[in-house]
Amino acid sequence: MLEVSNLACSRGDHRLFSELSFALHPGQIMQIQGANGSGKTSLLRTLCGFIIPDDGKISWCGENVRELDEAYFAQMMYLGHLNAIKDELSALENLRISAGLSGTELNEKDAIAALRRMGLRGRERLPTKVLSQGQRRRVALARLLVSDAKLWILDEPLAALDVGAVALIQELIAEHLARLGMVIFTTHQPLHVAGMEMRCLSLS
Amino acid sequence: MNKLSLFSLLILVVRRDLVLAMRRRADVLTTLIFFVMVVSLFPLGVGPEMDMLRKMAPGVLWVAALLASMLSLGRLFSADYLDGTLEQMLLAPQSLSVLVLGKMISHWMVSGLPLVLMTPVLGLQFDMSMQAIAVLILGLLLGTPILSMVGAIGAALTLGLRGGGVLLSLLVLPLCIPVLIFGTGAVEAVTSGLSVSSHLSLMGALLVLALAFTPWVTAQALRISME
Repeated sequence: MLEVSNLACSRGDHRLFSELSFALHPGQIMQIQGANGSGKTSLLRTLCGFIIPDDGKISWCGENVRELDEAYFAQMMYLGHLNAIKDELSALENLRISAGLSGTELNEKDAIAALRRMGLRGRERLPTKVLSQGQRRRVALARLLVSDAKLWILDEPLAALDVGAVALIQELIAEHLARLGMVIFTTHQPLHVAGMEMRCLSLS
Repeated sequence: MNKLSLFSLLILVVRRDLVLAMRRRADVLTTLIFFVMVVSLFPLGVGPEMDMLRKMAPGVLWVAALLASMLSLGRLFSADYLDGTLEQMLLAPQSLSVLVLGKMISHWMVSGLPLVLMTPVLGLQFDMSMQAIAVLILGLLLGTPILSMVGAIGAALTLGLRGGGVLLSLLVLPLCIPVLIFGTGAVEAVTSGLSVSSHLSLMGALLVLALAFTPWVTAQALRISME
């Protein structure tokens, strides 16, 4: 369970948000809403521990994430604006390496299965520099399929994706929630998860 | 899914960086060619006086190696920073220090080791004796990993800064002076018939010290730079 209390964050002299509190329980999904520059990405990056909040506390299962550190990282997965894939490596190598970095050994069969489910059949061994923007995003999103993290933090997961891929991501999120996972995300496109109450948090 | 041990994580990072370096060969060659060019220009510029060349050889080779390693340091973390891989590394549930150590090792294998292997050929241009070349190589083998490791701290601190390259040199070069002194000192000792063990032992001690502390310090510096 993710609990945020009285969180305050600023970039430079500009206060983005303050006294922000919410809790996310297993099986719940939350969308962060707000205009450009309202601090959505900053909030997500604060939850990842990249940004140290000015004030307030973020706790995971009752313990402060600052103290949990690597134990918290093992339970969460962050997908940011940047795809974190290397142009020189193939989709398959990229996926296996990023799984390795997050601490799990992924065999080739599982990696290929994940990439095929993401609609990259036949492109598994091409260098990612020849793939389109949407296909690269799919390679990055394939990490969702091979991770066993409880908490997904997704920053604009739908950027550059086509209609089919958006439906697929909605399906993945629904599966994750059914497994009692948690999702917190931002998007400017509509995202509907069947049978789930979507909680919204507005930053202004 | 199997959990990765720390050692296999280290191997994974080293292998990844080596594969990337092999697919982006121009970067590797730049460092090596710079080293060869700088060292080769000296005999041409100074003139063919054997005594003088022999005397300045260790200094020239060491300074060139130092500058060549500065050249490649900027790329140590910047590519990963720009494409977001570094963010994922900071979120690695295992030790970030191990990841950083892996990057340091592969950086040395790509930009330090080729210089060491090139040294015997370049030493001949300066009419160095076989014995002096052997000590020089030994010194470089111990010293170039220190340059990579100390340089990584600077690279992490200057990450994402404009004009970071100049700042990086200003930060790192002074810290590399001991390595330079012991490295050239060892060669001078062997040519004047003294024992080299003290110089090389001190260099070894520096290497162990760097191995123990720099990965952790670099990891902390990366966390600061990512904010």
